Amino acid sequence: MTVQELIDGKEYEVLNPGEDTGRRIETVFCCDLLSVAMGKAPADCAWVTVMGNMNTLAVAVLTEAACVILAEGTVLDETALKKAGEQGITVLRTEAPVFETAMEIYKML
Amino acid sequence: MEAIVLKYEISPDDFTRAGEASSDVKNKLKQMGVAPEAVRKVAIAMYEGEINMVIHAKGGEITVTITPEKIVMELADVGPGIPDVELAMQAGYSTAPDEIRSLGFGAGMGLPNMKKYSDDMKIDTEVGVGTTITMVVNL
Repeated sequence: MTVQELIDGKEYEVLNPGEDTGRRIETVFCCDLLSVAMGKAPADCAWVTVMGNMNTLAVAVLTEAACVILAEGTVLDETALKKAGEQGITVLRTEAPVFETAMEIYKML
Repeated sequence: MEAIVLKYEISPDDFTRAGEASSDVKNKLKQMGVAPEAVRKVAIAMYEGEINMVIHAKGGEITVTITPEKIVMELADVGPGIPDVELAMQAGYSTAPDEIRSLGFGAGMGLPNMKKYSDDMKIDTEVGVGTTITMVVNL
């Protein structure tokens, strides 16, 4: 499934559509500790987290995550939202918990 | 090909800007056509180092040297130094303050991640003088 297909499914609120939406999502990754995500997030993953700050976005860019999905109704602060726009990172949001979100996306792959 | 040298000043205590140098290197390597896995390794290893310099060392300077064979990252700071390198290398050992932890960092994974993502890593450190970490990613 591509990032665009995930967006088109309309299951998730789009906080920032991102630029590279044609890329394929290869797997799902869950982690809120950025220190761990930095070392473990696989490239091209859909990263489900409740951590919605600037550093989440930096980690997403550097680990080459395909997109970020903020679970549990987490919001991005204004600075982070601006950064997502500048860096072209796809950021989605849902009220659902991390596990349910990850499982749902995993089933769609 | 002559070596390409990139230099970055890392400002202290500016968490919102941490990662800018690593992102810039990442973009430049991509433009040069460096293999994606090597780009990812450099980006992760350097970002961890950059974050460490912001948290622990009042910033510093990063020099990245790119040759056809390898990418060498030298991260030099005049921070407090690392009293026990072996201990600092242990996953989970951390001296990061609480406000850093609340951002999702400071879990004691920085140095282990740097070692994991580089092909060679050397730490020169002296308490009260500073730390220079050299990491190599082979191409």
